[in-house]
This record gives sequence, structure tokens and C-alpha cells, in this order.
Amino acid sequence: MKALITGNEAVSTAVKLARVEVIAAYPITPQTSIAEKLSQYCSSGELDADFIKVESEHSALATVMGASSAGVRTFTATSSQGLALMHELLHWSSGARLPVVMANVNRALGAPWNIWCDHSDSLSQRDTGWLQFYCESCQEVLDTVLIAFRLAESVFTPVMVMLDGYILSHTAEPVEIPEPEQVDRFLPKYQPLAAIDPKDPHTYHAVTSPEYFMEFKQRQFEAARQAEAVAREVSADFAKQFGRHYALTESFMCEDAETIIVAAGTSAGTGRYVVRRLREQGRRVGLLRVRMFRPFPFEEIRTLLGGAARVAVLDQAISPGSEGVLFQEVRSALYQAGGSGPEIYDFVTGLGGRDILPSYIEEMVEKVENGGKAGLARVNWLGLKS
Amino acid sequence: MSEKTESARAELLKYLKEEPFGCGNLACPGCGEPLAMREVLNALESQAVLVIPACCGSIIDGLFPYTSARVPILHTPFASAASTSCGVLHGLRRRGFKNTTIIAWAGDGGTYDIGLQALSSTVERNEDYLYICYDNEAYMNTGIQRSSSTPLLAWTTTTPEGDLKKAPKKNIIEILAAHRIPYAAAATVAYPEDLVAKIRKARATSGSKFVNILSPCPTGWQTRPDLSIKISRLAVKTNVYPLYEVHHGERLVLIDNPEPRPVEEYLKLQGRFSRLSATDIRHIQEQVDHNWSLLRKKADEII
Ligand SMILES: Cc1ncc(C[n+]2csc(CCOP(=O)(O)OP(=O)(O)O)c2C)c(N)n1
Ligand code: SF4
Ligand SMILES: [Mg+2]
Repeated sequence: MKALITGNEAVSTAVKLARVEVIAAYPITPQTSIAEKLSQYCSSGELDADFIKVESEHSALATVMGASSAGVRTFTATSSQGLALMHELLHWSSGARLPVVMANVNRALGAPWNIWCDHSDSLSQRDTGWLQFYCESCQEVLDTVLIAFRLAESVFTPVMVMLDGYILSHTAEPVEIPEPEQVDRFLPKYQPLAAIDPKDPHTYHAVTSPEYFMEFKQRQFEAARQAEAVAREVSADFAKQFGRHYALTESFMCEDAETIIVAAGTSAGTGRYVVRRLREQGRRVGLLRVRMFRPFPFEEIRTLLGGAARVAVLDQAISPGSEGVLFQEVRSALYQAGGSGPEIYDFVTGLGGRDILPSYIEEMVEKVENGGKAGLARVNWLGLKS
Repeated sequence: MSEKTESARAELLKYLKEEPFGCGNLACPGCGEPLAMREVLNALESQAVLVIPACCGSIIDGLFPYTSARVPILHTPFASAASTSCGVLHGLRRRGFKNTTIIAWAGDGGTYDIGLQALSSTVERNEDYLYICYDNEAYMNTGIQRSSSTPLLAWTTTTPEGDLKKAPKKNIIEILAAHRIPYAAAATVAYPEDLVAKIRKARATSGSKFVNILSPCPTGWQTRPDLSIKISRLAVKTNVYPLYEVHHGERLVLIDNPEPRPVEEYLKLQGRFSRLSATDIRHIQEQVDHNWSLLRKKADEII
């Protein structure tokens, strides 16, 4: 069945289809309608789950952590300041190896206050041990939430699904809604590995001395790396069931491209539009969209970008005192000890909801093709007012 | 082996098998926390799951891979005892575990301070769980800093000599009672029958339950380990820490103390009060008397 729904509705629909059992979420723009809808589903019985109306995002994640430890499928959703408030528990939940799934509606972090999209909220949580996906359409949002549960429960690592604030969260698109039986086949009931059992008591997450701590962390690290291969398998299975295939990265006209633009989220759509226009002028330009950011698909990205002469990264999050966040990751994929690769440049734009215009992306291409290294700074801002 | 040693050994083994919170834990000598834990778990016949935030209690149970508990323990960050417990509650209820009591087990710092917001929220929603604060009146795990439960004029490392604590101890039971919580009680390890009775009442009550257990801490209170029980008993006998319970935020039942002892008897055994002048002690006595008369006035029943 096809329906015209927003990105936020795609999230709540997916959560319902996933037969989540415990949900805790706290309102924040532009995530609020996810929490509202899920709470209504639970009240009406449309979804047989407990919706716990907590008093903060910190408690939202602490609550679903408790429920997940007790062995049921759990979900939460937030945005921006709410995600920042969860920070302590993001580390805790991944260390505890809990397959919690969260939707984060991308929104800038203050100060100053801003409710519009950029990627600084989720990218600043990149080291918390959560797997991260960035979506480009409402269909992809729905599908990725389902994939996220399968993946999280396969590698016992929590997964965050990102959708751009307003651009996806509040924009309606036609979305194919899968049949519940189909979803049940793809996503059977959660089988916990070590849930709390009053009949078989264990102590979880006790103080762990230097003698053992590193092994816990190394296993967590390995699980997150393994998630790359598992995500490919899960996506392939998803494609078999539903006919829609999602790669970890999505390349557009990259095969013979001399210049490749790298982006994440909905700006990739604008990027493809620009690529098409430039191709019409005979320019060899391509676009790579990073869909999975954690684990970062290093090899795949190196293979796809390795043949280009130059790479221009479009960053919607900065690390003040350093560079754009996506840029750091892409460069790290391209350059290994002793290796060589394309020239790579960083462009920052679209912060706090500033529109990312096609002309900005054209400007990126012009600059890297004409200016080369000499004409460009380490980090280049696009669309700044003078 | 003589028959006598053999039976003693059998007795000990039986004890070790049956004790819900065994020996070999990491508490300092004379610590009230493991005593409280033992009484509470025994009162619940070990039909419990514990959620413990950062506090001495999160160490006492033992370092990985050891544990002193024979019930499941889930450790959680400092501010999250209440919210994580509530998650465990919903998860386990959905999995069909109906008779297990979910216990948030936190110190006074995790209860009166950093965890108060989450506690308030779960109690406002009347979640069906038992919150226990073992109250040693300071942040002991980090080395004796004041909390809002630290009593008036007590020494801690952040209320040092010359700047002893100016604010009185926060009244957590009144805060919980203001939520109309079905059951809230003050107890101490020095009166185990009273403590056990209160835990059983809590178990029999549905909705949120809160029990504050005054829990002596020789390290932080600067007291002799062998005096822990005596000091805790004196806290009650001097009216410093009255034993009472509040049902549904309305009905207050107070255990009477017809012949209160002077507070000085309680204070003088503790290094944390050793810096007090005669005027300070008089001031504390006045406060204690005042609080006691207020409590008596509020009491619906005095037993
Ligand atoms: C967010 C956070 N802040 C600070 C700490 C450090 N910390 C750990 S335990 C503790 C004090 C605990 O005091 P209390 O709850 O009274 O328990 P006690 O140690 O006295 O038994 C503090 C401040 C922490 N673990 N987490
Ligand atoms: S410091 Fe105090 S509360 Fe902590 S273990 Fe020692 S005696 Fe117990
Ligand atoms: Mg304390």
C-alpha cells in the first residue's frame, strides 16, 4: 500500500510494524510528532507496547536501556539538544551492548537557538558506539528503521537513524508501506542473548578493572566493525523481501568522474541535480552519498573515490578548531600509510537550516577544478553573507 | 573433623547458599549498606531485581567477574536509578515476570540530588516499583562530599571546618509524600524488624514505594565501625531520625519516642560533628525538637 506520509510518520509507522514493546521519548522540535504518534498508537492499542512518558531525554534513554536489558525490543526518538542530553547514556547503552534503535531528527545545536537542520547533533555523537544511518527520502526512513532493528539485534549494538529536520521530518512523500506479515518475516521477535532473568541472576556492568576492561571495549569495537558486513547482508535480505535495495553508500555517475562530491542526507538530492546539469555540459562529475556513517565503510569509499582526481566533501557539521566532520572521515578512508589518492577539499554549508543551493555545489566543483589546492583554504565556507 | 565443627561448617554453607547478599563484599567494616541490602532482600525472599546507579553500593557488590548478590543487578549511570528501574519493570512485566519486585537501590546523592528529577517523574506516574535510598548523608564513594541529605553543621570535605554545612538535611519523605506516593517510609538498619515490616508493606502496595534507610558510614561519619548500630539507634532515640511512614501522601504513622535522649549523645560519637561548639549543639537540639513537634502534629497515628 502506498501512502503520502512525512518522514516522522515513516518513523512511527516503521516502529509499529517492528512490534516494538517499550518506547520512551520526550518532545523536541522537529521530532515531537514521532513521540505523539507513537503514544497515540499505544493508547489506542494499535501498537501493543508500553509508551513511557518520561521527564527528559536522559531518562528516555535510561528507561529504554532498562527495558532492553530486560529483553524486549525498544525504541526512542529525539533531536539536537535532546540527543546531547543523552550523551552519557549513548556511551552506556552501546557499552552494555543493547540493541536499542533511535530516530534522530537532525537539527542544529545551540547557542544560539536554532530548530533547523544540520548534522552537528548526530555527528558529534560519532564516538559513542552507536551505528549511524543518514536517510534521503521518507521511504528510506521507513525502510532503514526496519533494517536498523535487524542490524542492532544481530550485532548487539544500538543504531541511530537520521532524517533531516523539516526537509524529511515534515515533508510528505509517497511511501510504500509494507504488509505486517512481510515485516514479521524480515524481523522476527527479538531474541535477547543475556536478558535479566530473576530465575538466573547475573550482575550486569559492574566495575571492571584494567585487567578486563580493554577486552570488553575491543569486542564492542569488533562488533561495530562487523556491522558493516552484517548491514550488507541485512540490506540484501531486505531487498529480497521488499524489492528495495540500500547500499551503504550510494554512488551516482562516479565511474568515470574526475571530480566527486561527497554528501550525506537530503543534500545529496541537490548534488545529483547539479551533477546531471554539469554532465550535460560534458563535465566528468559524480556524487557519492554516505548512507552509513558508523561503521564507516572505509574500503567501499576508497574504492569508489580512488579513481577520481579530486574529491569535494559537503559538510553540515564542524569540529571547531579542526575541520568538517564528514571530511575527516572521508579523508581518513582515502589516505593510508604509504598510499596516495585524489586531492580532497572540505566545504561547509547548510548549518542551522541554511538552504543548500545548487549554486553552492556548482561553486564547489568550480573551485576544486580551477583553484586546486592553491586557491582553497583547509575549510571553505559556502554561502556566507559578507 | 569433630561433629561440632562439621555442623558449624554445614551451618555456614547453608548460610552462604541462602543469603541473598553474601559475605566477601567490598564494604568498609561497619558499613550500613550491606546490612540494609541483606534485610531488604531477605524481606522480599530474593524475589527482586536491583538497579544500582553510581554510589558505594555499585562497588560493594564486587568487581567483575565477582558478585555478592544472588539476585540480578543492573548497574546504571548516576542519575538514572529511577528511570532504568522503570524500564526494567516494563520489560520484565511484558515478559511475564509478575511477582518480581523491581528495586532502585541508590545512595542519598543519587536520590536527593542528581536522581531526584527522574525519581519524581516515575513516582508522579506511579510506576509499580520500590525505590530504596540507603542514606549515609554524603557522597561517600567520591570521598565524603556534602549532599543535600547532609545534616546541619556536619563536616564533609566540601563543608570543611569553618564552613560547616549551613543548610539542614532535605526532607525527602515530604517531597515524596507531596507526590501522593502510595507508600513512603523512613527506616534504619538499627531496627531490622521495623525495616523488614516496612519492606513487606511496600511489597504489598501497588504503585510507587519509597523507603529511606539511614545507613551508617564509619568512613564518612568518622566513627568506630563497631558503633554503627549504636549510632543508628541513637539517631532514632534522639529524634534526629524519626521512624515513620506516610500512606498515599496523607496518613502519617509515627513511632513514638516518649523519652528522647539529648542529641549530644548522638553527635559526640561522630568525628563529623567533632567541631561543634556548645551553641552549635544547642542549635541542632532546637531544630530536632522543632521537627519532632511538627511531625507529631502531622501524625495521624502515633504508635
Ligand atoms: C554524572 C556523574 N557525576 C558524578 C559522578 C561521580 N560520583 C560517583 S558516585 C558519587 C557520589 C555518590 O553519592 P551517594 O549517592 O550518596 O552514594 P554513596 O557513595 O554515598 O553511597 C559521585 C559524585 C558520576 N559517577 N556520574
Ligand atoms: S565509605 Fe561508607 S558507605 Fe562507602 S563502603 Fe565505606 S562505610 Fe560504606
Ligand atoms: Mg551517600
